[in-house]
Amino acid sequence: MIHFLFGELGYNALPFYSAIATVAASVVVLGAVVVVGSITWLRGWRALWSEWLTSVDHKRIGIMYVVVSFVMLARAVIEACVMRSQQAVAYDSPGFIPPEHFAQLFTTHGTIMIFFMAMPFLIGIYNFAMPLQLGARDVSFPVMNSISLGLTSAGAVLMMISLCLGKFSTGGWTGYPPYTELSFSPGVGVDYWIWALTLSSLGNTMTGINFAVTIYKKRAPGMTLFRMPLFCWTALCISILMIFAMPPLTVATLMLAMDRYLDMHFFTNALGGNMMNYVNMFWLFGHPEVYILILPAFGVYSETIATFSNKRLYGYTSLVWATVSIAVLSFTVWLHHFFTMGQDGSVNAVFGIATMLIAIPTGVKVYDWLLTMFRGRIRLSVPMLYASAFMILFVVGGATGVMLANPGFDYQVHNTLFLVAHFHNMLIPGLLFGMLSAYHYWFPKAFGFRLNEVWGRIIFACWTGGFLLAFMPLYIVGALGMPRRSQEFFEAVYQPYMYVALAGAALVFCALASMAIQLWTSIRNRDSLRVFAGDPWNGRTLEWSIAAPPPEYNFARIPKVDSVDAFYQAKQQRTAWRAPDEYFDIPLPANSPVGFLCCVSGGAFGFALTWHIWWAVVVSALVFFGSIVLRSFNRDTMRIVPSGEVQETEENWLLALSETPPVANEAMFTTANRGLVREPV
Amino acid sequence: MAYTVEGKGPSHIGIRMSNDAPPSHKEEARAQAEEALFGFWVFLMSDLIIFSMLFATYATMTHALAGGPGPKQLFDIHSAALETIALLLSSFTCGLATLYMRYDGSVKKTLLWFVVTLLLGAVFLSLELHDFIAMAAKGGVPSRSGWLSASWALIGTHGLHVTTGCIWLLIMFAQVAKFGLDPLVQTRFMRLALFWHFLDVVWIGIFSIVYLLGVIS
Repeated sequence: MIHFLFGELGYNALPFYSAIATVAASVVVLGAVVVVGSITWLRGWRALWSEWLTSVDHKRIGIMYVVVSFVMLARAVIEACVMRSQQAVAYDSPGFIPPEHFAQLFTTHGTIMIFFMAMPFLIGIYNFAMPLQLGARDVSFPVMNSISLGLTSAGAVLMMISLCLGKFSTGGWTGYPPYTELSFSPGVGVDYWIWALTLSSLGNTMTGINFAVTIYKKRAPGMTLFRMPLFCWTALCISILMIFAMPPLTVATLMLAMDRYLDMHFFTNALGGNMMNYVNMFWLFGHPEVYILILPAFGVYSETIATFSNKRLYGYTSLVWATVSIAVLSFTVWLHHFFTMGQDGSVNAVFGIATMLIAIPTGVKVYDWLLTMFRGRIRLSVPMLYASAFMILFVVGGATGVMLANPGFDYQVHNTLFLVAHFHNMLIPGLLFGMLSAYHYWFPKAFGFRLNEVWGRIIFACWTGGFLLAFMPLYIVGALGMPRRSQEFFEAVYQPYMYVALAGAALVFCALASMAIQLWTSIRNRDSLRVFAGDPWNGRTLEWSIAAPPPEYNFARIPKVDSVDAFYQAKQQRTAWRAPDEYFDIPLPANSPVGFLCCVSGGAFGFALTWHIWWAVVVSALVFFGSIVLRSFNRDTMRIVPSGEVQETEENWLLALSETPPVANEAMFTTANRGLVREPV
Repeated sequence: MAYTVEGKGPSHIGIRMSNDAPPSHKEEARAQAEEALFGFWVFLMSDLIIFSMLFATYATMTHALAGGPGPKQLFDIHSAALETIALLLSSFTCGLATLYMRYDGSVKKTLLWFVVTLLLGAVFLSLELHDFIAMAAKGGVPSRSGWLSASWALIGTHGLHVTTGCIWLLIMFAQVAKFGLDPLVQTRFMRLALFWHFLDVVWIGIFSIVYLLGVIS
């Protein structure tokens, strides 16, 4: 009976096997208690439910995605710091973390950073900004959007639960079988990993479909594809990548699950299993995934560099084609992730050359951004600082990428820290800096007040310095042959570099702490940072043409577009901020609890499968599909915002706008900026 | 900045629905239907990737018999042929149902042909179930070899899709009972029809690659 109720779950699942695990689990539990307690104390449950959890507004869903990603970022950065500390003391010594625990750390760090930090971060930013840039009122399928958020969050919750109950996988973020098969990894760790990934990849597939349809069908009249902001182009490309690249991951993880649960032989050593099928499918997803992660950053830089250089984006068309070529090429290079796995030299050569080709469109982009800055009126805002650091560091990372694309060289540094240095070099200055600049850039649009500038610069300095210190030494030790994922090492020559890397990790931790402080001071001083007028950076695209924060319907009237930088052009022609002659009722999608129900039941489904609690598997699956089916019988899915309310909201804003003193370009970062910038002459 | 007049977007073509809604509503419904149908096409592309992964896995595992029974011992080509006929016929009746829905508007005829579709789907599923049981009785269980894992996964995933389609049909009958054949129900039927035809196409791949090639080799 107990076994029926709880499956494999028992007292031995509790994290009392090591002090570090106990502390980590206590932090998670304590964090959850503090969150629940403070919501109760602030009497926030009703508001949380009706304004956030059941909301299908793309802006709120976007913000919730970013919140998820920040929580996960904090955990994964702390894990990185723990690993760096271990390696700093691991010369000829077991250090303070046993090998199995160290393996859990690098597995969760990688899994979280890719699937639960990077993906929710970029999807959140797109969710918030892309429909606004397109001049749309929402995405095409708002309820599906909220289900996607629910599934991704369910995966993230499973990751957090795995800290408290049972041990996580030790198979790395790629989870290669046969190691992850039942015979070598009998615990629940791999199962946690499988279901967390499966949930999030289903959510991401739906996001891809949603974004692609939104871009094809919901652009404002006159906005042809080649008048879209570049950020939206990258959204289109990553959506197509998600539509085609997520299913292979889903298939690979589910086949691994079938091996583990149903005794099948897809990837086992015996009875005809073939682990290379897993590796191929995983990287058929994994390589496009690399570009799903980096293209959004390219999109953000294209926006911020143009805005803060006060110039039209140089070579818009070439940037579009470069983006599209990268997206297409990303499907042709997956094999470079396993040059050493025994295929013919000529096969390696083909994939090596294809990989090097990607450097061409990427180079085009870097030149386009540089030429956008050339003779522009550059303002060194926080996003601009990130963009500058990115352009230098990303070229370094790209150069080491071209080195790795050569199979001969790859054999030398395969499985060393050189590779770790390379992909962190692409993902931190590329993806993370891009997302952090997006956070600084669109935060005032989302919440109506700017983030503290000084702290923004401190965060930037900590991230850049921390990154350089933490990863440049890894290039050297990697070239010297230090294997990645080492819990202990025996070469004295590596040791000094490990100290430097630890210092870098400490700086990155300071960056994380600074982000918390920045958010705190900005919220406290929000009145002096307000930009209700809505255009604090002298923006060029449609999202800056409305109030900050935007009204729930985004645009009182859908704008008509006839150029790339539609809003900037309107400002030049003095036709911006014109009140519409007439207001209409605006239908908006009504709130729905389906996304939340899918989140809870999806998470329960994954948890029950992990622990073999079969009755809960059945119940949660029924709730999941039942809620979607019941929803399809609900015809009351729209809500009307009456024209009177629209008029009142808009007139209030336009009045405030007319009373806002425009600030000079140079004073953009002072408290004088209330959301309106005087055009420099 | 110039603004557009509400409800007068670019005109949408290609989706015909029979209803008596006023023209402005019709326009809106059409735009929504177009978005939903386009989204469903995109979903099908994504679903097709799932099947292509399963096909690729199957192809690489053709010889992974591990000493266990192979296609010649396990496959009943007659049963597979009957399944093919049932599914192809169901696609035809599904097409008829959609045509009646879009051009005739007769609820009775539309429903009749969708019911026939459902019955043929059930025939397909019971034949397939019978095949699986027969395979297992001859020792062809999925845990026996890599090839058997791959075949059960490929055929089983298709079977699960057909089951989903059948349940979806049942749900749609309930929707017709509640709402009649209104525009929303019609676009849902159209998506269901796309799904159903898609499964037919996939089955042709399974029949040729798994059954025919298996029996020949």
